[in-house]
Amino acid sequence: MQNESRKQWLSSLATADENYLISLWDNLNMKIEYNWLREPEIGSVMVQGKVGATGDNFNVGEVTITRCSLNLDKKIQGHGYVQGRNKYKSKIAALCDALMQTEKKEIIKRNIIDKLIKYKNNKRNEILSKTEATKVDFFTLVRGEDK
Amino acid sequence: MYVSVKGGEKAINNAHSWLSEIRRGDVNIAELNIKQISEQLTLSVDRVMSEGSLYDKDLSALAIKQSRGDLIEAIFLMRAYRTTLPRIGSSKPIETSKMLCLRRISATFKDIPGKQKLGPTFDYTHRLLDFKLLADGEYEKAKIEKYDDKEIPHVLSFLNKEGLIQKEIPSGKTSKDITRNPINFPLTRSERLQSLSRGDEGFLLGLAYSTQRGYARNHAFVGELRTGYVEVQFEIPELGIEINIADVMFTECESVNQFKGSKKIPAQFTRGYGLVFGQLERKAISMALVDRSMRWKEFGEEYLGVAAQDEEFVISHCDNIQATGFLEHIKLPHYVDFQAELDLVRKIREEYKKNEQHT
Repeated sequence: MQNESRKQWLSSLATADENYLISLWDNLNMKIEYNWLREPEIGSVMVQGKVGATGDNFNVGEVTITRCSLNLDKKIQGHGYVQGRNKYKSKIAALCDALMQTEKKEIIKRNIIDKLIKYKNNKRNEILSKTEATKVDFFTLVRGEDK
Repeated sequence: MYVSVKGGEKAINNAHSWLSEIRRGDVNIAELNIKQISEQLTLSVDRVMSEGSLYDKDLSALAIKQSRGDLIEAIFLMRAYRTTLPRIGSSKPIETSKMLCLRRISATFKDIPGKQKLGPTFDYTHRLLDFKLLADGEYEKAKIEKYDDKEIPHVLSFLNKEGLIQKEIPSGKTSKDITRNPINFPLTRSERLQSLSRGDEGFLLGLAYSTQRGYARNHAFVGELRTGYVEVQFEIPELGIEINIADVMFTECESVNQFKGSKKIPAQFTRGYGLVFGQLERKAISMALVDRSMRWKEFGEEYLGVAAQDEEFVISHCDNIQATGFLEHIKLPHYVDFQAELDLVRKIREEYKKNEQHT
């Protein structure tokens, strides 16, 4: 179960709006001691699709990713894999990942992870409700000359 | 043989200074910023990401600004940047059936589970210039309605259930990444699709149109067209945990084409597939049509000798960066090559004159 919840917080951090995540983190004003295991580096991940949505895999194109890894107290490791090229976002993600494994877990969850999830849900609801408003019912008509 | 030229540094530097100034334009007019481009010229940004083969809106907007809006030049900049990035890995295959759709339509069935949703489209507009946009800041707000948050299944999966359409089943064949391995014909369908997905929209549109006009026989319907966000899943190497590492917008087109059957299998529809970054439906539809026309061998169809059936022709020419690189290089100094041709033609003319005097 630990993996399931870690998967969720890592996903929220990875796809977070970078400005929003940075403002949430900066507002916490936490001073954390850490060592780099891997300093932030910008790279790419090749995105795979499926032929006809269900067949063989194929490479569609790449997406930019930034990653870093760090250590808290030489014990707890945090990994920051995030979408985009923002090194600070990646560092915040790694710090949050590490802190989520400590007694600071509740602070990070309440002030960052839960808010990121809510932010993303709101975006999702906004898209769904706008899309719904464009729902269309086409109907075919019998033309006069066919009678 | 290539012979380099020297000199011209001052002229080149001055040309680039002027380029910088002319890119800025009239300084009395506010400068464009990257966010304005990525928010307001979204479809240009999408095209540069798709053909640049790199999903990053800010970079794409920067490339558009730097290239003065020349999209092929912008795609070139994206491709050049892409080659500098270390590849962290490959994602799990995306599940487009779980797409958060902005738009989802079918031209083959009007009543479909999940319904038809037009989304923000140019379709059904009158294509009249809107002079209101000349004035400041007026826009309409999107309407909202209550919805069911249910997964929207693919339209063709319904045809699948009746066996009316050819199924897409994994073949287990491995395909090469065409950006890392030389292209060897014949290609697998996966390799062709990778190439088409980053191919030039205009080139693919022209080819797809040629199949509709009869240069390859495969009358196509748009079975489904959808645009929206898909979660990209990636396994973190250090942890072995699969996370949603990126949210990426895609447009997907599944075409339904005419039948194929045999003594063993009753007639069924065939299909073509298009999948591209961003909201680029013209490109996605073109891709599906060209994918289908290149499948003639697989279905035992007749080879009509037309461009859209010839995978070597299509794949070798659909990349606009390769094409423009080779095309545009002929405007750069070729003095030595040309000097050799000049000498040759002079010699031929002299010999011709000599022969004339003798007769």
